[in-house]
Amino acid sequence: MIWDNNFAVSVIPLLLEGLWVTVRITLLGTLLAAVLGIFFAILRRLAIPVLSPAVSFFVVFIRGTPLLVQAYCAFFVLPAYGISFDAFTTGVVVIGVNYSAYMAEVYRSGIQGVPKGQWEAATALSLPGARTWSRIILPQAIRTVVPMLGNYLIQMFKDSAVLSAITVVELMATAQAIGSSSFRYLEPLTLAALLFLAISYPASRLVNRLERRYAPQH
Amino acid sequence: MRPSTEPQPLATPVDLAPDPVIRFQNVSKNWGSNQVLKSLNFEVAPGEKVSIIGPSGSGKTTILRILMTLETPSEGLVKVDGDVLWDVTAGQKVRETRQMRETRRKIGMVFQQFNLFPHMTAMENVIEAPIHVLGMDKAEAKARAADLLNLVGLGKHMNHTPPQMSGGQQQRVAIARALAMRPKVLLFDEPTSALDPELIGEVLNVIRNLAHTTDMTMLMVTHEMRFAEEISDRVVMFDNGAAVESGPPAQIFKDPQQERTRTFLRAVLQH
Repeated sequence: MIWDNNFAVSVIPLLLEGLWVTVRITLLGTLLAAVLGIFFAILRRLAIPVLSPAVSFFVVFIRGTPLLVQAYCAFFVLPAYGISFDAFTTGVVVIGVNYSAYMAEVYRSGIQGVPKGQWEAATALSLPGARTWSRIILPQAIRTVVPMLGNYLIQMFKDSAVLSAITVVELMATAQAIGSSSFRYLEPLTLAALLFLAISYPASRLVNRLERRYAPQH
Repeated sequence: MRPSTEPQPLATPVDLAPDPVIRFQNVSKNWGSNQVLKSLNFEVAPGEKVSIIGPSGSGKTTILRILMTLETPSEGLVKVDGDVLWDVTAGQKVRETRQMRETRRKIGMVFQQFNLFPHMTAMENVIEAPIHVLGMDKAEAKARAADLLNLVGLGKHMNHTPPQMSGGQQQRVAIARALAMRPKVLLFDEPTSALDPELIGEVLNVIRNLAHTTDMTMLMVTHEMRFAEEISDRVVMFDNGAAVESGPPAQIFKDPQQERTRTFLRAVLQH
């Protein structure tokens, strides 16, 4: 098969549409994962009977099963129990929840890295628990893990291709659809790969920079 | 030297006001099989400036940490200003109570490692608790914080963050932060131990001023013997989880009654 420039150019607009879906999934999924992850990390740390072990189990469960299996379950099994959303929403929730389990671990390491003296100072000032978390602990914990969260964002950007399996028409699914309808896979798949790279490479450079910027100050 | 025939009853110092602001009654603290405090009885009168001296591992810091509720006693009763802070029977599981939280507000603490919030300016460090614990409005909290930062000589550093300040400056901010809560009792846990030698003086000056100008009760664990001698109303010598001797600084430093105190002072005053 020989590269057909005209065909390649003609499919670019469609692929860009797919890319835009991928980007939206990634941003919304990361937002969901980042917020859920914080709650999971805090709940585990608070050691509340029943709730904290349940969260721990959930995190282990999510991390121990493939994203693809989770996506299939959410898309094909849950509707049988009356829980059903469109493919895009399901995709965002699945990938967001999946990554929240990993991000919870990242936050946990960040929280553990905050010196014990910070908790003690908060106690000595009688700061309420919610205020201690929101103003003292989390700002310091999150600061140190920003680069790690950035890495997960890039990983999610690539992983979102898995969601093509549950009919989310993102970049990968678009490339596949073009291939199967035109019987030319070379151009759409190559371009899809290049588009993934065009975003993930600068993004990882940015994360490297963040790593240097947020390096421990001592 | 006075003949040491009649040792004073320990830990019930003489001329105390009837209502102590701090009272430890049979307080023990165990770490596994290691007994850090051994059925301690200890009182501090309102306004009294007390220094606790003794070798490391003698339980000095544990007293402060129990008062600040950073450590749970294994057994015993602790009262602050008449209110129960701890009432623990051996083997009992202890939970933080409302009563404990209320009582704790009467106490402030200055830590060895300062423990300032590094992502907040000096000003923000000082106003945080007055606003969010005392419910003070922001303008008032800021005005008071400015006064306090001026008091500790840091009027020009209000908008600096801890990483931009020297250790001595950080510790002075920490003192201002503790004062902003208007504590009845201020605890100092080796406040100069983490400082470079040339920065110790500025912190001691601030503490000295406080000791001389306020009626706040101050309880200080320190290795600065000269300083303890100078500012304290009373010095308590700790060893092995118990107060071995307690008295006015002149007595403890010039005429200690207990052999253990003498050996300790000889060792630390040599250099």
